[in-house]
This record gives sequence, structure tokens and C-alpha cells, in this order.
Amino acid sequence: MARQIRKKPASKTANTVVSARIAAQGHFRTLRLGTPFQPRINALARTQDWYNWAGYRAPHSLWDEELEYFAIRSQAALFDISPMTKYRIEGPDAEALLNRVTLRDVAKLKPGRVHYTAWCDDEGFVLDDGTLFRLSPTRFRLCSQERHLPWLLDSAIGFDVTVEEETEAVAGLALQGPTSFAVLRDAGFAGVEKLRIFDLADFPHDGGIVTISRTGFTGDLGYELFVSADKALSLWDRLMIAGELRGIRAIGYTALNRARLEAGLIVANADFTTAEHAIRADRLRMPDEIGLGFMIDLEKGHFNGRRAILEARAKRKLRHVLVGLEIEGNIPAEHAIVYYKKSQEVGLVSAAMWSPMAKRNIAIASLERPFGDTIAEDLWVEIYAMRELQYQKLMKRAKVVARPFIRLDRRTANPPADF
Amino acid sequence: MTSFDAIIIGGGHNGLVTAATLAKAGRKVLVLEAGREVGGAARTEEFAPGFRVSSVAHLLNRLHPEMVKTLELEKHGLQFARADFMPSVALSKDGPPLVLHGAYGEVLTGASASEQSAWKELRAQLLRYAGILKPFLSRRPPDLAGMSLLDTASLGQTTLTLKKLGKEDMRDFLRVLLMNVADLLDEQLADIRLKGLLAFDATLGSHLGPRSPTSLLGLYSRLAGETAGAAGAQALPQGGMGAVIAAIRAAAEKAGVVTRASAPVAKIIIEKGRAVGVALDSGEVLRARTIVSAINPATTFLDLVGPREIDTGFMRKVKNIRMKGDAAKLNLALDRPPQFTGVDAAGHRGRLVIAPSPDHVERAFNPCKYGEFSPEPVMEITLPSLADPSLAPSGACVLSAVVQYAPYGLKEGWDAGKPKFLQAIMAQLEAYAPGIGKCVVHAEFLTPADIEVRYRMPGGHWHHGELQADQMLISRPVSGWSGYDTPIEGLFLAGAGSHPGGGVSGAPGLNAARRIIAMKG
Repeated sequence: MARQIRKKPASKTANTVVSARIAAQGHFRTLRLGTPFQPRINALARTQDWYNWAGYRAPHSLWDEELEYFAIRSQAALFDISPMTKYRIEGPDAEALLNRVTLRDVAKLKPGRVHYTAWCDDEGFVLDDGTLFRLSPTRFRLCSQERHLPWLLDSAIGFDVTVEEETEAVAGLALQGPTSFAVLRDAGFAGVEKLRIFDLADFPHDGGIVTISRTGFTGDLGYELFVSADKALSLWDRLMIAGELRGIRAIGYTALNRARLEAGLIVANADFTTAEHAIRADRLRMPDEIGLGFMIDLEKGHFNGRRAILEARAKRKLRHVLVGLEIEGNIPAEHAIVYYKKSQEVGLVSAAMWSPMAKRNIAIASLERPFGDTIAEDLWVEIYAMRELQYQKLMKRAKVVARPFIRLDRRTANPPADF
Repeated sequence: MTSFDAIIIGGGHNGLVTAATLAKAGRKVLVLEAGREVGGAARTEEFAPGFRVSSVAHLLNRLHPEMVKTLELEKHGLQFARADFMPSVALSKDGPPLVLHGAYGEVLTGASASEQSAWKELRAQLLRYAGILKPFLSRRPPDLAGMSLLDTASLGQTTLTLKKLGKEDMRDFLRVLLMNVADLLDEQLADIRLKGLLAFDATLGSHLGPRSPTSLLGLYSRLAGETAGAAGAQALPQGGMGAVIAAIRAAAEKAGVVTRASAPVAKIIIEKGRAVGVALDSGEVLRARTIVSAINPATTFLDLVGPREIDTGFMRKVKNIRMKGDAAKLNLALDRPPQFTGVDAAGHRGRLVIAPSPDHVERAFNPCKYGEFSPEPVMEITLPSLADPSLAPSGACVLSAVVQYAPYGLKEGWDAGKPKFLQAIMAQLEAYAPGIGKCVVHAEFLTPADIEVRYRMPGGHWHHGELQADQMLISRPVSGWSGYDTPIEGLFLAGAGSHPGGGVSGAPGLNAARRIIAMKG
């Protein structure tokens, strides 16, 4: 592959330096990198419907969006999460560093546990959200949508800790759906039934280790598996073979995106703009403005953005709010404008669908306070429904509702159910 | 134990000014000084038996008049008259020197008639333009996020002053503002001695050569200073720079300030985002409502507060403050007064500058960009014991020189480079004052590395951060926090690292105190 850069010899003559440079120049020939699972995914990709996930070639769908979605809800769905940015943060001060960087209290995160968190810049604007895996008292894995290495390295100054990006070195799979536990058990991961929601543990695999956590992005029973890149294909095969009779299916992002919306989960740079991506000053969001205020722990000591967040709360400078909406009818209100009293523009829908599980027309929207906050009545969305080359404008009533839109007992049931 | 409203970290002149101003406003103030005595780099110290010298700063040219008034320093024995103004002598190897008399050359001697009239015009222009910048270079920088009525009014005032210049002059002011000093001098002057002197003054204390863009700002910054009401004037009090400290200290003590020397602070204690006290090296803990750091801003945040209590972005900014000094200090104990060729007795009591031309200054600067010292350094020399015999044994003489360029990060290291650089300096001195080498009883030579250690100035930089356009005004010490308050509630900055910068002015200290009082800290 293009990334195979020749090792530099000890003596750096001008020629070897130049030829190393030439060898490295080929990187542009691979426009989108493959993940360690690419051979298997390519083989299954009947739709050839690819998109760019953080520079990687990732499938929107592989064979059928609808059936892939129902694989999540009725069977077991296998989704390649290798392109997710992953950082290894290790050292005696790893906990202290993460407490300084992220919003939640990492001291409360026990080894062998995972939590969902977010982090902010000095002004209290959200840089990203992600999951933090505590692999040991002094070792963590931080997974996120965007890249943050310079930020993490600068934040680590003064802490006894190392921060390394391991996105390429570690392959990841999400195995989600009602039969996911049974698949893992049948694949021979003894003891996996002991994992409660947000637990993680190591299991032997192919002469190495796979870290399995009971986590996911679907609101369903599900697991995430992390393994070194060279053991990726054997892990894929192990799951596919064990899952054959449990309806295991590889899926693309479209199906996952529906499941996450039903679960009420937000996506960085889809439902809010991250601070380093935002160009317009009013697109920046504080945690309280995107429903992440619950993460903020003012008791734990200093963390990035604390001063600004406190000030914004005290001076009532929080201008936006992220809400779940239930919309009348069954037409998805994707990117619809939200109105108050059918006339005053008060926000925008960032994700919407007809939910087969909730049997409701649901959406996530960002509104300008006080709408969605103290004024939740008389909200409407304007849906442009294309009907045989003609837009039909529909003004539909929207109701602010709690997220998640669906709650599945099997997600948290202990022991996990066998289907 | 007595409790204090405010604790000042660092008993340099700015720390003492803040302390005295706060105490006069009714606060109980404690000053903690790490060294054996207060005064920082503005002390008078004995460097050889019987020889005393102003430690780093050896000339007064920007003592802030409002500070002098607020602390009533004249009552405490600090007074200057026109007779105290020191001339500046531009030394020349092959001819008579050129002398700027009075307040920065009210009278110029040693130059041609045409040059004299050209200088008269340029001097008036420089002072006029410096006058416009003066409010900016003394007051608290405007707060862009939340402009107060006062801020807006004073900005308006400046706009008015600009307007009063007239169209042509205003255009020219804006044209030259960020120019390099050498080009401006070439436009208006011919005498390379005069141009050399001005080029030296513009770049003294900064990592710039006369042909570096924005180098003219250094000259404005100097001319915005005044002594006894005269812009650009320079003087040295009897007893050396220590006399300034003594006067400020007397004012502070009269106002009730308590000073503790040999009390280095190890840590600023932060509780819930608020500075609540300090811990000394000894382990002793002192608490107060307001903590003021009159030491280096990087030391304050990276060492005393620590990165854990500040946001990553702020820390990045603090780490990026450029502060690698290029100025060395040479103190010589001489067995008799030296004779600089062609200089009269009055000249010897003035400031003697070796900077024969702008090109010479530029050439001196060139190697320092690459971590090497100037083989032919430029310098300003004073012989303070001539006017104040108490500084040296009878018949002997003290020479004090600030020498450039001596890059803090010398490539070969200062252990190896120091004797070589001293040799280069002595060779320069010998050329202008033949026989001086034989008169040296003792030489104390401080490179930026030595200044860093002795005076706790990171980088050995007397401004505690390069004083260049990108690190001035609203960007000093870092953008977003130029108003003496900091992201940590209850913690303030008051040193030269804050606006308007270093030199013995007391302006940062006074502004910080006023800010604290305004914030009811």
C-alpha cells in the first residue's frame, strides 16, 4: 500500500533522503484509505456506495439500506468503525490529563468501564464528543469523530503521560443487534455474558487480544470490538462464521445512522458544528446548547472551558438548545426549518426519519432559546415533500419530546438475552 | 498572624508600585521577594569591593509621571531637573563624536548645519508621533470584548489627536508606523553617526535589527517616555537605579506595605478556579483575596499556577510568548576614569553609544539570528561614578554597559562563548577609549543566561517578552488577556511582561493596581 514508506538507513546521504521522499510521495494515489477489513467489505459491497469517513473508504450501504437497518434491530449487524479516531493515553497522570481535557469526572470512571464524554476549547465551545475507554488505572483509549492530536499533546504538557494516535494500528468493529451476544458467545468469547452495559474486558483472539465493550451507537444490545490491525480479518471471519445462523450481516452507515437517531444520539458535524470546523462565529456550541450539559462536572477541578461555561451559565449567554421532536405525519423532516406559530423561524432539523421501531416521525433539531427551552408549544416544521416533480409544502406540528425515542430493555438486560 | 488583602509576588519595581498603589487605596498588602533584597533588575549592587553599579537597567528614560505623582515619589527623594538630563554621545572612531544634548537632542552638536536642521525636523516629527502613541503606551490596553465608556472616550481622544495632525501628517504617521527605522532615517538624515545612534536606540532590548520591519516602534516606545516632563530625556539618580527602588519602597512602606525578602513563592494556590493564596518554597502558606504576580507571565502560569489549572489554548499562548534576550550587561571596575577619544568631560557623564552606523548595527544583529554573538558588538556606556562619586572608591571609576547582540540561545553555549564575547567587547572599548583594558580592576559580565538566573528573568529578557508589534498592547502578554486580569479569578499580572513592557517605568504596576481597584479585588 501507499503507506509503506521505506525505512531510512542509518547514514542519511542526500540520495537516500531524496528517494525516501519520492517513495513517500505516492500517498496521493490512494484517495481513500482502506481499513484493515477492506478485503471483506469490498467482497460484500454490492451497491458500491462509498463515502469518505475521515479519509477512509466507508460504505453507505452494502446491499440494501432497509434490510441493513433491520439487521440491527432483528439480527446482528457488523459495522466497521476502524476509521474512528483513536488515541492511546497512558501514564500515571492519564486520569488527571483527561480530567483537564474532558467534561466528565474521569476519577469516577473505573478501570474496565467506558463513558460517553465531550471536550471544549478555552471558550467552552465543543471540540468533539466521543467515548473514553478505561483499559487500566493508567491506560485509556479515547475515540472521536475529529482529530485532536496537537490539542491532546499540548494539553499533556506538565502531565506524566504519553498520547499516541492509534487509529491505523487498531481496527474496530461494532456488533449490534439482539443476537449480538449470542454471536459472541458462539464465537467462543467465554465470559462475555458478564459484561454489563459500558463494561469492557480483554479476550484472547488469534494469539493476540481483542478488547470487547458492551457499547454501541444504536440503542440496542451491542458490543464494540477493538483488535490490532493484523488480527482484523481473522476476527471478522470468526464473527461471520459464528453468526451465520444468527443472521449476522455487514452494514453501512445509512442503517447505523437511523438506529442512532432512534437512540437519540447526536453526531459531531451533523447535529452540531465542532469548534475547530465552524467558520461562522454563531455556529459554535457550548455543551449546554447541544444537550451535553449533563456531562459538565464543576466539582472535579479545572477542565478546559470551565471558566467560559460558568460565565455563560451565569450571564445566560446560552443561545441554543438541542431537542428531540415528534412531528405529525410520516414524512421525514430532514433539514426542515422549525417555526414558532408557523411564522417565526426558530431553528433547524439536523436529522429526521420515520422510526419503524417507535412508529413515530422523529427528529433532532437545534432551536434558538427560549424556543425548545421555556417555549415548547406551537412549534411547526416546514417539510418540502417532492411529489412527482412538484414540491408540496407541508406545515406539520412538532412536539418537543424526550430522547431517546426508543428504549429497548435488551440493551441493558443482564445477563444479555439469547435469541 | 496578620491577614492581607493582597499578596504581590515579586519585589521588582513594578511589584512595589502595585503594592504601594493598592496600599494607598486602603488594602493590606504583602510583597514576597525571592531574592535577598527587593528591586529586581533595578537595584544598585556592589560588584567589586567599593564599586557599586545599577544592576541591569542603568538609565531612566520612561519613569511613568502618573506613577511618580500617585506615589508622591518626589516627597520620597526622587526628583529630577533639566540639569540632570544626560546627553547621548554617538562615538566615532575617526572623528569627533556627535552629541544629542538636553531631552533627546534638543540641541545637536558635532554635525553639519544641514544635518542639524534635518534633525530638528525629524526630532519634532518623532516626538509628535510618539505623542499620539503615548496614551496607548501608558494606559491599560482597550478591552475589545467589552469596551467601557472610558475606553471608548480615550480611543476617541486619540482619534482627535490624529485629526489634529492635519491630513498630510496623519498620512505620514500611518505610513511610517510599522516601518523599519533604517529606511526612515535614510529618508531624512545623512550623518551615519546620528543614524547609527537612532538605529541603536530603536532596537535596544529587542530581537530586531534596524532593517527589520517594525523596528521604528522601538524608538517611539522610548520617546513616549519622559523625565521631569521632558519627552525623551534620560537621567540617573544619585545612588544609581537603587535610589528609584528606595523611593518607591519608602512610599510603599509609608502606605503600610509589608515586604518579605528571601521568600520565594513555589506555587499559587487555586481553589475552584480562584487564586486564594501562595505556598512558599519553605512550605508556608499565605492566603489573600487578591494575588498579584509581578514576575514573568510564563513563570507565573507554567510554574506557579501550573498547566493543570489553565485552559490548553491559554497555555499555548503563554508558551508562545517570545522572550529570548539579546542584551548583555558589562560592569567594569576601573582604577581611573577612562578617556573616550574626542569626548569632553560633560560627554563622559552622559550616555556613550558605540553604534557607528545603521549598517554596523545591522551587521551586529545578523549573527544573532543564527545563535552567534556580534563580533563587533554595539553598546551604550555610562560612567555613573563621575556624577556620583559614592559609587566607586576615590579616584576609581565604574563603567556600566548594555551590549548587543548576545543571543540567549548561543549555539556554542555561553560557557564557551562568554570569554570570547567579552574579548570582542573589550576590543571595541579599547578602540574608542585606548588604554581602558589596562585600567580594569574587575569585570562582571552578565550574558542573558546569567541575567536569567540572577534576576529570575526567563530568557534574560528585561521586557519579560519581546516588545514587538505582535506582543504589544492588546496582545501583551497574550491576546485576550491584556488587561492585567487573568483567566484565574483573583490573580493579576503586574510585571513588565504586561503592557506596556519593560524599562523602569512602573506603568504595568500602576495599571495593574488600578485594574484591581476597579474590579474591587
